[in-house]
Amino acid sequence: MTSLLAIQLDWALMLEKFVLILVVVTIALVFAMYSTYAERKVAGFLQDRLGPNRFGWFGLLQPVADAIKLFFKEDIIPNKANKALFVMGPAMALLAALMTSAVIPWGDKLVIAGRTISLQIADINIGILYIFAVVALGVYGVMIGGWSSNNKFSLLAAIRGASQNISYELAMGLAIISLVFVTGSLSLHDVVVIQQQNGWNILYQPVGFVIFIVCAFAECNRTPFDLPEAENELNFGYHQEYSSMKLGFYLFAEYINMFISSVIMSTLYFGGYDIPFYNEATSTLNPNLLSLLGFVALMLKAVFFVFVFMWVRWTIPRFRYDQLMRLGWKSLIPWALANMVVTAAVVLWMKNGAPWH
Amino acid sequence: MQPLTNRAKQVNRRPMNMVERFYLPAILKGMGITFSHLFKKRPTIQYPEQKRPFSQVFRGLHVLNRDEEGRERCTACGLCAVACPAEAITMEAAERQAGEDNLYREEKYAARYEINMLRCIFCGLCEEACPKDAIYLSETFAPANYNRKGFIYSKNELLIPNPVTDREAYEKAAGGRVRNPVNS
Repeated sequence: MTSLLAIQLDWALMLEKFVLILVVVTIALVFAMYSTYAERKVAGFLQDRLGPNRFGWFGLLQPVADAIKLFFKEDIIPNKANKALFVMGPAMALLAALMTSAVIPWGDKLVIAGRTISLQIADINIGILYIFAVVALGVYGVMIGGWSSNNKFSLLAAIRGASQNISYELAMGLAIISLVFVTGSLSLHDVVVIQQQNGWNILYQPVGFVIFIVCAFAECNRTPFDLPEAENELNFGYHQEYSSMKLGFYLFAEYINMFISSVIMSTLYFGGYDIPFYNEATSTLNPNLLSLLGFVALMLKAVFFVFVFMWVRWTIPRFRYDQLMRLGWKSLIPWALANMVVTAAVVLWMKNGAPWH
Repeated sequence: MQPLTNRAKQVNRRPMNMVERFYLPAILKGMGITFSHLFKKRPTIQYPEQKRPFSQVFRGLHVLNRDEEGRERCTACGLCAVACPAEAITMEAAERQAGEDNLYREEKYAARYEINMLRCIFCGLCEEACPKDAIYLSETFAPANYNRKGFIYSKNELLIPNPVTDREAYEKAAGGRVRNPVNS
């Protein structure tokens, strides 16, 4: 009988995963940092302005300046606020934002010194469910922050945020269920592999993708669904009482969420790290190089979606709250349900033949 | 009513049809419009490096003029102070002593001449009122200051550099605006 004590820790695996986590988190943070810069730049260009261009070459050091500014602000905790929860709010938001990155396949395998390293922190077989669970946790950041601030506007915003996220999660879930029908697996790695063989899921699930992207906007609290932080209605929303790095955490969490949902969108619908015509062109490239190229492809797709996020933000005005709810419950969910039923029928038909036989 | 421009458009208030109720076509159209702005020319002027030329009639900070020999033109007649609708100008007259002929053009001069830039509305009536061409409005505006006292400009700040000793600074301050009539 092998006792539990006999289980040996695989130190090399631990180290490998640790390094991988470190790299992924760093990439997510740096990406979020430069998303703030890109956001301002894109906003400027879409509005015939120039955006930040003073600090550094083309203003490239602007995020550094922003970070310095945030760090040097006075860190205020309101007198009547619930202090423990007040500190926990931004931490939760950032934690939930970063945790999602664990199951995303960032690339294929690397072979370093005879050791095969998968560029995915955890290839768990319920990857998509895990993402759902963690994304749902993100609501707590908003909720706790808004509630513990002891401020009416923050509370209103938090309630808005919570109900919005929960409403749109339904439609998002339904969209993903039909995607799972097509791929037949919940593991994100398998989803990518299947897409490499059969072509990208966007071809099979265009309606699902539209529903998913709309829900992703709502989940990230981005315009046109930025009701939890509507400046002109709630004069800042759930992070109104926050200052200094706590505010920074919230803003960072928003941008990381945006990045992660872009990556998830590319993974689920646009082939993840798959490069178009990757299988067709019988490549003689080094497999390591190919993996890295796949990673670059994934990043390019993510950058594109982040750009779409910004592009939409500076195009469409904010929804009214009842319009938001009507869109979520009365348009997206029925469409997602219909999409699910049709997909299920087609998948069954493909598998078992027509039911009248 | 007669439209002012030919760009007026009738608002269409009919109920939306099936396609329009999807919103997506309209959203894509809007995104197309914003995307096209990426390639438009930007009207931004990079301020400290680039400056727009001032208009010929711009009215900025005052300068107290000197004549060609570097003598102050102002005789402290007080017409500018009278003309000033904001009552921003204060002055004290003094008599020119022997040996000061190279400093002051006439036998009476302004010993103290102050303009409160917080009161001044830059209307230029002082310039119009002056019979001696002694005060002009230039092409610069009052820079920021930390206290109110800093905005009360005295002769130190107002006087134009001496054209005899510092021709270059004089030309710069005059800037094509300040005239120096010879026959007055």
